[in-house]
Amino acid sequence: MTRILPRAAQAVALPIVLLAIWWWTSASSDSFYFPPLSQIVSTFPETWLTGGSHSRLVTDVLPSLARLLVGYTSAVVLGTAAGLLIGSSPTLRGLTEPVLEIFRAIPPPATVPLLVALAGIDNLMKVLVIVFGCVWPILLNTVAGVRAVDPMLTDTARSYRINGLSGIRYLVLRSASPQIMTGMRQGLSIAIILMVISEMFAASNGLGFTVVQFQRTFAVPEMWTGIIVLGLLGVTLSLAFQAAERRLLRWYFGLRQAHRQE
Amino acid sequence: MTAATRPTSRWPSSRRVPPSTMLGIAGLAAFAVVLEVLPRLLQLPSNVLPPLSSILSALAGELRTVAFWQAVQDTVVQWALGLSIAVAAGASVGVLIGSVPVLRRATASTIEFLRPIPSVALVPLAVLLFGTQLRSALLLIIYASFWQVLVQTMYGVVDVDPVADQTARSYGLGRWARVRYVVWPTAMPYLATGVRLAASVALILAITAELVIGSPGLGQEINAAQSGGATALAYGLILVTGIFGLVVNVGVRTLERRVLSWHVSVRGEVTQ
Repeated sequence: MTRILPRAAQAVALPIVLLAIWWWTSASSDSFYFPPLSQIVSTFPETWLTGGSHSRLVTDVLPSLARLLVGYTSAVVLGTAAGLLIGSSPTLRGLTEPVLEIFRAIPPPATVPLLVALAGIDNLMKVLVIVFGCVWPILLNTVAGVRAVDPMLTDTARSYRINGLSGIRYLVLRSASPQIMTGMRQGLSIAIILMVISEMFAASNGLGFTVVQFQRTFAVPEMWTGIIVLGLLGVTLSLAFQAAERRLLRWYFGLRQAHRQE
Repeated sequence: MTAATRPTSRWPSSRRVPPSTMLGIAGLAAFAVVLEVLPRLLQLPSNVLPPLSSILSALAGELRTVAFWQAVQDTVVQWALGLSIAVAAGASVGVLIGSVPVLRRATASTIEFLRPIPSVALVPLAVLLFGTQLRSALLLIIYASFWQVLVQTMYGVVDVDPVADQTARSYGLGRWARVRYVVWPTAMPYLATGVRLAASVALILAITAELVIGSPGLGQEINAAQSGGATALAYGLILVTGIFGLVVNVGVRTLERRVLSWHVSVRGEVTQ
């Protein structure tokens, strides 16, 4: 118990110092672009929270989150399924590898103007942008993971007649899951970027749209609160992902630790 | 974490063309044929998906213009400059923080908090401060790639073998000599992974800045082509960004193999 306290102190010390520095140096700031932190904090509730069901939290943040969730989940399902298929057949892998490498290499924002023209500026376009952007790291990592399944385990599973769907579930997906999670982590940060970009580029609501709107109308303190909301969203999603990863890959982290201690 | 992204392909030792290469070429050819035939077969309007031949001919026309090469140059300069600054800063701060335990513990929470902040959140600030100048794009690129390099370098520095460190100490190596001969070689493979991740993130952010902020470059050209109704050209330019991305990926991986030719992760494959 006595060691928890200093550790907590270490974790919060620097953030508190940095926030204090920001607070004090900006307190008497008359720069238009860097308003006092106190002003940003005081405009935060009225900008995002007040108004009940008409608050920006409901009209902008929730639609953004919904699109992100739908796009990301579709990309995970698509990427893993296609990755399993391609990874388990050497011929298919050889055929598709260069084409997939080209698709992965295309920076996803480059496709935004085209997708806007094809699918309009509504939800479908934004979901498509997110799916197209983050499916590649998930797919290619799944392929690599499926390929690296221990041949000894494959043989064992085969001699116990574990094949078909249960083979995929208990052997292939399990062995590949650390790699799939690596792909999903890369995909998640790309998905957040694309959610914001697609809204900044063409939208009528959403976080990215609102923040750019604040900037265009020179509502600088409100713009800063938007930047803070985007930052908090990124941090929250990353923490949620880490928690999920620790749960799902508990066996893997345990195994690695055991190997290290040998 | 790093093991997952290390190169795993094994080339056969013979000089013959490996069968996977032949398959890859066949796959590319089949894909090209589909892109050519499908739009004609389904009679897709040319603003949805033009046939590959018209995409390529639109691109060929574009290759003769000065504006295209100017845009390529703008994108390359933004990417290279932003990435170099981020790598230099990330590597030096990473070695510093990683080798001082007190600093590492004090900054851990702050880094974990700042790293996942999407750098596109800084777009409005960049627009207000710098407009469409180069610095606008650089702000986004550097913010996004700095953390990749920093965190990998820190992992690498922490991973130093205690026996190697103690050996160096007992031979009387000073602080700088230990950083140079013990810490640096250990951290190199991690740094290489960081640079590889940062290189593709930097390209994504360069295109983003050109698209959303309007900094000059390929992203802006794509937007202009699309809104001007030149869909085939827009597809062609997207292909160009893909080729750029491919060159970056392959280039960084080759560089990694060269620089780390002494390291087990690379050397092991050759002797097999």
